[in-house]
Amino acid sequence: MATLQQQAKGKKDGEIRYLTPLNIETNTKKKYCRFKKSGIKYVDYKDADFLMKLVNEQGKLLPRRLTGTSLKYQRKVAQAVKRARHLALMPYVGDLLK
Amino acid sequence: MNHYETVFILNPVLSDVQIEETVKKFEDFLINNGAKMVAKENWGLKKLAYPIQNKKSGFYHLFEFTSTGEVVMPYEQEFRRDERVMRFLTVKLDKHAIAWAEKRRTRNKTAKA
Repeated sequence: MATLQQQAKGKKDGEIRYLTPLNIETNTKKKYCRFKKSGIKYVDYKDADFLMKLVNEQGKLLPRRLTGTSLKYQRKVAQAVKRARHLALMPYVGDLLK
Repeated sequence: MNHYETVFILNPVLSDVQIEETVKKFEDFLINNGAKMVAKENWGLKKLAYPIQNKKSGFYHLFEFTSTGEVVMPYEQEFRRDERVMRFLTVKLDKHAIAWAEKRRTRNKTAKA
């Protein structure tokens, strides 16, 4: 919020004042693929608690744009989660983290 | 010789004797067909994430074995015929998966010891 006030104050002398401030810098934390970084080569469908981290609270797979994982590992994760679901290690649908 | 891994769930109402007998039956089936057992794990009674055949828990077992390709189809046929088995999943392991299974076994051993 502070930047907004500063901008408002700074533009007092008749400049064009935009409704929305120009540079809205959200926290652009560089996303990285956690599998490439930590060198995990195989996503095991048997350890459910690791897979729980890659699933939202309804048990649905987190998309790549949120987790930042690369396509190659996202497919391995998807397959592992589906296998875990088949073996009832993970729920198909459910409010698990609530 | 491919590397395979099977996880199957047995009905929780079975007695221990019946469980051992079913596990033995599948293991013998594999060995008779020329497969070589690599690892056997018994995860015991675990709660299921969702009810299967309206049962809330099941006995989990893991087989890891190497065998030729033709063995797997009759092997799974055997699983389908047996009503004591609620669910099974056979997976072919690639080299990364084999390395991971190896590491996992050593980690479990150290954890147990």
